Amino acid sequence: MSLAVEDLRVYYRTLRGDVRALDGVTFSLADHEIMGLVGESGCGKTTLGKSLVRLDGRMRHVGGTVTLDGRELPIGEDARMNEFRFAEVSVVPQYAMSAMNPTRRIGRMVRELVGSRGIPFASVRSELDRRLALVGLDAEVLERYPIELSGGMKQRMVMVISTLLNPSLLVADEVTSALDVSTQRAVATALAGFRDRDLVRSMIVISHDLSLVYQIADTVTVMYAGRLAEKGPTEVIVERPRHPYTQLLISALPEVGVRYGGKRLAGIPGSPPSLRPPPPGCRFRARCPLAYGKCAEQPPFAEIEPGHAVACWRAS
Amino acid sequence: MARYFGRKLLIYALTFFVAVTINWLIPRFMPGDPVRAMVARAGLQTPEGVAAMREYYSSLFGFDVPVWQQYLNFWGGILRGDLGVSLLAFPEPVTSLILGAVPLTLGLLIPAILLSWWAGNKFGAYAARKKVLDNAVLPVWYVLTATPYMWLAILMAWALGKVAGLFPVGRPYSASLVPEWSWLFITDLVSHWFLPFLSLFLVAFGGWAIGMRNMVIYELEADYAHYLSSLGAPPKLVRRYAFRNALLPQITGLALQLGVIVGGAVVTEIVFDYRGLGYLVLEAIKATDFFLLQGIFLFIVIGVLLANFVIDIVYVLVDPRTRAGMGGDR
Ligand SMILES: Nc1ncnc2c1ncn2[C@@H]1O[C@H](COP(=O)(O)OP(=O)(O)O)[C@@H](O)[C@H]1O
Ligand code: SF4
Ligand SMILES: [Mg+2]
Repeated sequence: MSLAVEDLRVYYRTLRGDVRALDGVTFSLADHEIMGLVGESGCGKTTLGKSLVRLDGRMRHVGGTVTLDGRELPIGEDARMNEFRFAEVSVVPQYAMSAMNPTRRIGRMVRELVGSRGIPFASVRSELDRRLALVGLDAEVLERYPIELSGGMKQRMVMVISTLLNPSLLVADEVTSALDVSTQRAVATALAGFRDRDLVRSMIVISHDLSLVYQIADTVTVMYAGRLAEKGPTEVIVERPRHPYTQLLISALPEVGVRYGGKRLAGIPGSPPSLRPPPPGCRFRARCPLAYGKCAEQPPFAEIEPGHAVACWRAS
Repeated sequence: MARYFGRKLLIYALTFFVAVTINWLIPRFMPGDPVRAMVARAGLQTPEGVAAMREYYSSLFGFDVPVWQQYLNFWGGILRGDLGVSLLAFPEPVTSLILGAVPLTLGLLIPAILLSWWAGNKFGAYAARKKVLDNAVLPVWYVLTATPYMWLAILMAWALGKVAGLFPVGRPYSASLVPEWSWLFITDLVSHWFLPFLSLFLVAFGGWAIGMRNMVIYELEADYAHYLSSLGAPPKLVRRYAFRNALLPQITGLALQLGVIVGGAVVTEIVFDYRGLGYLVLEAIKATDFFLLQGIFLFIVIGVLLANFVIDIVYVLVDPRTRAGMGGDR
């Protein structure tokens, strides 16, 4: 097991009270596992990803632990986390299109970044060239400025930078969302390639698009309103989802949805609840077609079979 | 890149041509007749004397040839550095009057602009990450920058010059001295220079510092800054990038300042009676000295164009984003 997250709680501080964007999340990641993290926009996927790497100024670690390769990460302490970043946990951020300093040549930026971590650039130089070739970039891009690269090239460049030190865990947030369909597949394949070559031990691939995750993930985790709704092997989640929310998500997918009794849904009616603070009981209750009396209590996130956990009273 | 600068140069050349032409037109369209003004000044009584005088000045000012030739002569004069004679200080050539005033103006403005730019940017970047400084000191500059410059300059001349008597006010150097490389003259020059310099420096410093502070704070929240921090880059590296990127708009600002350098001096030179180019403009207007005005305007035009061209080059060197827009050729 490479990553274990226990009852993690991270809130945003705002003037109108705390936003409980991550409110008791528990899961683990096996070696070599690519976990897809899906859910509607605003359900806390990015927050979960950032919590594992770097909390921004408004995020507060309220409770829970994150353990990577047997060591607990000091996620609430910015300075102490530095030692783990890049080398142990790394991120391909949601904003990869603008992640590189626009006024530095890319090669020089990488040199200065690596140097600032006390690693001589010369020692990673040949590996850098190899990785560029791996994602289909010419080594010549290092001489260019970010603005001279296309969106897909920038995305792949950031992937190469983020994984340069072979992190144990990589969080890739919406890596394909800003790209056109033909580029999406290339980027997704490149991502899986990093794991296949053992350059990254395990990976969390965040996306609001289940069909992308379906292509490369071993397991899928569904998030709803700051909590996990369901986690299981990709096949299981797609073919026999147990959480009503997952079922609705799947049925909204074009090709998979056909199997769902012909009831294709354009989307899920209604919208996620406010997290400031979230409503009591099951958070999906207001939109759930199967809700009943017991749902006024919060359902536990419990295993219903090995490797398949669901947070729904109807599933157990 | 060569094509980019070629195009720029062409635009500058065109601008220069138009500016010179307008400049040539000014005395011909301005109310008042320079020849009559000079004749009147001589105070002659007889019509023959007046006629002879008229002829003399017409030929001296080059008004006795066809208009097209006057225009060509004007260009010829510019190329030879001959801008005609001043009426105000007749028969002194305009060129020598301007050359006498320029060092004073530049000596005042260039140090004030460059030093305030340098110090203001340093201070602003520092204030961006030091809360105490930000809350305690910057408001002072907000007030200072919002104060009308004229008012501040007068206040300084009065308080530090007249009341406290720390510095002499009026003229670039004492009337009793002649310019020479002596200790006495140089200290006198510097003490006269200091107050007008300080007034310009203070006001500009606040503007730069506030601008830089805001830009650095903005840059520190940019995506690339967050990405670097996510990869564990020390704050030092992130701040270095932010500072450099925040500096780019400040360079544009500096260009604008340098461009209007002469215009900016007028108020200072009047308040402190500092006899540079700004002061000369005022005198030329008062005395309707067309040729002097013409010469000064020409000088300003050249200054603005040069400053802009230099900044164009600097900008291309420091900001790759401008290079991307140059049509493919890197
Ligand atoms: N800086 C912030 N301040 C306050 N609330 C925030 C902030 N960032 C995100 N949130 C809230 O946290 C919740 C989760 O957001 P996010 O993790 O970005 O969702 P996702 O990535 O799944 O779209 C949302 O309700 C969002 O409004
Ligand atoms: S617990 Fe109840 S409301 Fe929640 S998903 Fe299950 S059935 Fe629906
Ligand atoms: Mg997100």
